[in-house]
Amino acid sequence: MTFLCALSVVIALVPLAFILFFVLRQGLPALNWAFFTEMPKPVGETGGGMANAIVGTGILIGLAALIAVPIGITCGVYITEFNTTRLAPAVRFAADILNGVPSIVIGVFAYAIAVLPFRRFSALAGGVALGVMMIPIIVRTTEELLALVPSSLREGALALGATRGRAVATVILPAALPGIVTGVLVALARVAGETAPLLFTAFNNRFFSTALGQPIGSLTVQIFTYAISPYEDWHRQAWAGATVLIAAVLAFSLLARAVTRRLERMHRG
Amino acid sequence: MALSPTGRRRAGRADPLFRAGTGAVAVLVIAVVLGILAVLVNDSMLSVRKFGLSFWRTRTWDPVAGEFGALPFIWGTLYSSILALVLALPVSLGIAIFLSELCPRWLRQPLAFLTELLAAIPSIVYGLWGIFVLAPGVRWLEVHTPEVLRRTPFFSGPPLGVGMLAAGLVLAVMVIPFTATVAREILKAVPVSQREAAYALGATRWEAIRLAVHYGRIGIIGAVMLGFGRALGETMAVTMVIGNNPQVALSLFAPQHTMAAVIANEFTEAADTLYLNALVEIGLVLFLITIAINGLSRLLIWRMDRTKTRPTVVKTVPLAA
Repeated sequence: MTFLCALSVVIALVPLAFILFFVLRQGLPALNWAFFTEMPKPVGETGGGMANAIVGTGILIGLAALIAVPIGITCGVYITEFNTTRLAPAVRFAADILNGVPSIVIGVFAYAIAVLPFRRFSALAGGVALGVMMIPIIVRTTEELLALVPSSLREGALALGATRGRAVATVILPAALPGIVTGVLVALARVAGETAPLLFTAFNNRFFSTALGQPIGSLTVQIFTYAISPYEDWHRQAWAGATVLIAAVLAFSLLARAVTRRLERMHRG
Repeated sequence: MALSPTGRRRAGRADPLFRAGTGAVAVLVIAVVLGILAVLVNDSMLSVRKFGLSFWRTRTWDPVAGEFGALPFIWGTLYSSILALVLALPVSLGIAIFLSELCPRWLRQPLAFLTELLAAIPSIVYGLWGIFVLAPGVRWLEVHTPEVLRRTPFFSGPPLGVGMLAAGLVLAVMVIPFTATVAREILKAVPVSQREAAYALGATRWEAIRLAVHYGRIGIIGAVMLGFGRALGETMAVTMVIGNNPQVALSLFAPQHTMAAVIANEFTEAADTLYLNALVEIGLVLFLITIAINGLSRLLIWRMDRTKTRPTVVKTVPLAA
C-alpha cells in the first residue's frame, strides 16, 4: 500500500516531467534572439519572432494589474481589518466564487461590457478580462499575508494613537509588502498564461500595436493560432513561446515560495 | 483621545472614512459577480425565449438554419469532467496520503511543491503538449486496443488520437494538483487523537490511515468537487485535444465537444444575435453549474475544517486553490 501511494506521486510527476521535457526539447532550439525582437513572418518564410505578441502580453497584464491590484489589495485589507462586519464574509465568498468562474465566461462578460459598446476588439477589453480574473487571486494573497503580520505590530500602532487607516497604511501594509509584491507577480504570471478570455476581447494582431483601442496580439493566443496551424515553422515558434511562458511561471513560483518562507520564518522567529 | 472604556470601544470602531472607503471597493467585488450574472442572463434572453428547455434536449447545432440544441456540449462537458475525476481521484488520494502520512519529512515540502507546480502550467501549454505528444500517444494506444474491446460501445470508432480519451487524460492531470492539495490539508486537519486512539486499540498503520480518511471523507468529497468545478470550466487544453465535433457518443475514441470549447471556437464567428444568444446561454449554464459545484465544495471543506479541528489546537487550514 505504501508502494501504491508512492506510485501515485510518481504518476502525477511523470506528466510534469514529460511536459517540461518536451517543451524544453522543442522550444529551446527554436528560441533565439530573433524570437524576442522580430515580427512574425508571412506564411512560407521561415524565421521571424513574436516581438508583437510579447509586447502585447506585457501591455495586457499591465492593464490587468492597474485594475486588479488596487481593488484586490483594498478588498483584502477590508476583509482582514473589518473581519467582524457582516459584509466581510460576503466579500470573501464573492471573491471565492469569482475565483471559480471559468475563464471563458469571464471573457464573455468582458466582451459584453468592453467590446460590444465600442463595437471593436481592443487591448483594453483584454485587460478588463484579465483584471477580473486577477482580483480574487490578489484578495486571497493579501488576506493570507496580512494574517502573517504579528498582531503586536498592529496593537503597537494603535496604542501610539494611530487611526485604523493610518496603522494599515504606515505599519501593517509595509510589513506585508514584500509578500504582497511577490503575490502580485505570481498573479501576473498566472494571467499571462490565460488564453480563453482573450480570444474575443483582445482578439489577435499580427502587427505591432500598442494602441489600447485596437486589437492586440498576445503570447498565448499566438501560441494557440500557431499550434493549430499546419505549418512546421509555426509549430516551432509555438513551442518557443511555450518555453518563455513556462520559464516565467516557474521563476515567479520559485520566487514566491522563497519570499513566503522567509516572511514566515521572520515573523515566527 | 479619551482612554475611558467607552472611548476605547469607540476607537476600535473609529476611522469611519477608512472603513467606508475600503468597504466601497470591497462591495465592487460582489458587484462584479452580480454583473457577470446580469450580463449572461440579459444576453441569452433571445435564445432562452425561443428554445426554452428544448435547448438542452436537442442535438441539432445548425447556425445556418438557426437551430440550436446544446445537448452534445453539456454531454461532452460532463463526460470529460467525470472521466477526468475517475482517473484523478485514486491518484490524488494516494498523493494526499503519501504526503501527509508516509513520506519522510525532508521529502514532503519539495514533493508538495512539485505536485502544485502542475497547477501553475498554463492550459495553453497543456494543449500544445496534448496536440503534439499526448494525442499521437493516445492514437497508438487506440490502434493497439484488442479487438474484443473495440466491439464494445466504449471503444468503438476509428482511432483518431484526438477525442474524449485524450481530453479526459489532460483534464485528469490538470485536476490532480487541486484535489490532492486540498485532500492533503484535510488529512492534516484530522486530529492526532484519532490516530492515537486507533493505535492504542492495536490498529496497524494502514488501519489508522483508513480511519483518518474515513474521518475526513466529507472534506475529501469537497476536494473532489473542487477539482470537478475546475474540469468543467477548462477551455483551451480541452478544445485542442477533444476534436470539437458536437455529437453525443459513448465512445472514448470519438471526437466530441464541450460547452467551454464551443464558446471559445464560435463566439467570434457568431454573425447573428440568436447565434450569439445561444452561445451566451451555454455560458450562463456553465456559470451556474460551476458556482453550485464550487459553493458546495467550499461548504463541505469549510464544515470539515470547522468541526474536525475544534478539539485540537490547530491553526486555520489555508485552502489552496
